[in-house]
Amino acid sequence: MTTYYIGIDIGSTCAKTVVLAETEEIALSFVLPTGWSSVDTAEEIRRRLCEAGYDPAELACVSTGYGRVSVPFARKTVTEITCHARGAMLLHHSRDLTVIDIGGQDTKIIRVEDGLVKDFMMNDKCSAGTGRFLEVMANTLGLRPDDMCDLARQGGGVSISSMCTVFAESEVISLIGKGEKKENIAFAVVDSIVKKVASQANRLEKGGPVCLTGGLCESDYIRQALGEQLHTQVQAVAEGRYAGAVGAALCARDLMKKG
Amino acid sequence: MADRREMWKALGMDVDTHDGLCAALPVAFGDVYLSQKNRPEGMAFWDFVVSDIHGIRPAELLEAQKEGRKVFGTFCVFVPDEVVVAANGIVTGLCGGSQFWVPDGEKVLPKSTCPLVKASVGARLGRTCPFFRIADMYVGETTCDGKKKAYEILGEDVPMYIMDLPQMKRECDILKWKDEIAAFAKKVEEFTGNTITPEKLDEAIRLINNKRKALARVFEARKNPDNIPISGTDALLVTQIAFFDDPARCAEMCNKLADELEERNRQGVSVFEKGTKRIMITGTPMAIPNWKLHHIVETSGAAVVCEEMCTGTRYFENLVEEGLPTLDEQFMALSKRYMKNNCACFTPNPGRVEDILRLAKEYHVDGVIDVNLKFCCLYDTEGYSVERALREAGIPVLGIETDYDDGDSEQLRTRIGAFVEMLG
Ligand code: SF4
Ligand code: SF4
Repeated sequence: MTTYYIGIDIGSTCAKTVVLAETEEIALSFVLPTGWSSVDTAEEIRRRLCEAGYDPAELACVSTGYGRVSVPFARKTVTEITCHARGAMLLHHSRDLTVIDIGGQDTKIIRVEDGLVKDFMMNDKCSAGTGRFLEVMANTLGLRPDDMCDLARQGGGVSISSMCTVFAESEVISLIGKGEKKENIAFAVVDSIVKKVASQANRLEKGGPVCLTGGLCESDYIRQALGEQLHTQVQAVAEGRYAGAVGAALCARDLMKKG
Repeated sequence: MADRREMWKALGMDVDTHDGLCAALPVAFGDVYLSQKNRPEGMAFWDFVVSDIHGIRPAELLEAQKEGRKVFGTFCVFVPDEVVVAANGIVTGLCGGSQFWVPDGEKVLPKSTCPLVKASVGARLGRTCPFFRIADMYVGETTCDGKKKAYEILGEDVPMYIMDLPQMKRECDILKWKDEIAAFAKKVEEFTGNTITPEKLDEAIRLINNKRKALARVFEARKNPDNIPISGTDALLVTQIAFFDDPARCAEMCNKLADELEERNRQGVSVFEKGTKRIMITGTPMAIPNWKLHHIVETSGAAVVCEEMCTGTRYFENLVEEGLPTLDEQFMALSKRYMKNNCACFTPNPGRVEDILRLAKEYHVDGVIDVNLKFCCLYDTEGYSVERALREAGIPVLGIETDYDDGDSEQLRTRIGAFVEMLG
């Protein structure tokens, strides 16, 4: 009988759950909105897991992400830095890489060397250069974040100077007021976030392939734009948004191995 | 504590607002301090001091003032306590370490001022700290821009004397600092009405040296690679209180504590489990009651074993030469000792990086957290060289910028937790 391990990554906007088989294959994965209460979200996750036949009471489970402490059935919490690094290593089949995760609340850049976290950076308190920034601007434009990223590809010629989300939002509003084309504003928003992330990443010594994880890795345009800023190819895989949860599941496996 | 309220009122304090602080402090202290396990028994003294922090020592200072002694408030470890003590004066630290005072400081200072300066000005202008009320004279110094300009504002409300600290460490700068100390001594003589003689100054030098030696003993015990006899959180409190306490009592209590810590090391009594990662914190000072970072580190699976900061090694390292016969030689000896302090306000400042690398070895640290208070341009900028040197030496380092507000606690927890995980 194979053993299964559960990893749960409760981020500020989405909660990602992964069940990993001993073979390191993903047996189950699902995303839920985090909502107001991570405790309620955790309960919903438990229900879904049980339904699918993976009772967290019987399997090793590790939680990560900013809501990691709100998962009562997790045996251990591990920070998202460690989890994203381990998840990305598995998903990208590499032990030397630079991981960029543009999360809802914070952006992390992690340097992994020989299978271990060597160094990492996280943005400060403010939300510039995070998924939250993107979401706020998309809202202002009346678009879904992913649609805004697609639209950005067709735009150009405009830029936003403020790093602060609140000021940037009023810049966007005044651009709309001036009748600027939506695609150009979308371009400006994505450009601003990509530059901010790149300048952060440039402070860290890079090595190995650069891999984008987290929800935004599904946007081809962000991946490309980031690659241009960093003068390198940025890789992404389909399960990228589950990197944190996969890493948590790997930590759950360690728990069992250690006994 | 009705009697304290009377004392505070007589000091012209805003007692009602101050009640807010009195209500919050025990809770914070309970959460951060009393929740710790395996504390040294000797910490009872410091717990007691904090339990009545705005009562016990202020009452003592008021008694001393009744006897005609003067109290000098200082903001930086460059101001030589010895000179004040030699004139029978008393020194008390005046740095604000709580968010509680920040809004009052922001009424007059730019938002982009470091919280230490904002809290210090706020504590004075808001009339919510007895030490700021009691001090007869404030002694400032030309270290960072934030403090220099803030002194001008404080100077409108209280007698203020400024020492002109050199920004470089050439021979001429050491001579200049000696002259500044001599000028300060004159001022202190005038203000206290007491003459500083070589005998009195030598006595004061020995007294302050003894305090430094006692603090150094406490820190020495933290160097044990196999045992952590005291938490960093507790050690930080010992240093913080040293800025306010009577120097002789401080030395006595620290020596007692050091006895206990040495015994703990012999018996293998540790605050933390074997194998707990050892962290050194470097950077800007942590004025009382700023315990934020230590608390986060030590509740994230690691231990703080050393602070390279002015509330740490920079406070007690290096002694002043004793037994010199003339004031002139004594002032020079003082200048030499003080100018060994490698504050980031100097340029160039290679000594600080050397200190940090040395301390990392001496305290057997697994990793370093380099912290700077928000808007402290000096330490923030120097963080670049500090972090680079540590990386080159193969010592993991995490750079952090924070202030007194708790808003970033969760984010710090993640970063520090990840850093500790990274150490293995
Ligand atoms: S950090 Fe510098 S300015 Fe601040 S107390 Fe220390 S020596 Fe003085
Ligand atoms: S922390 Fe920096 S800015 Fe603040 S008082 Fe000290 S030297 Fe000045």
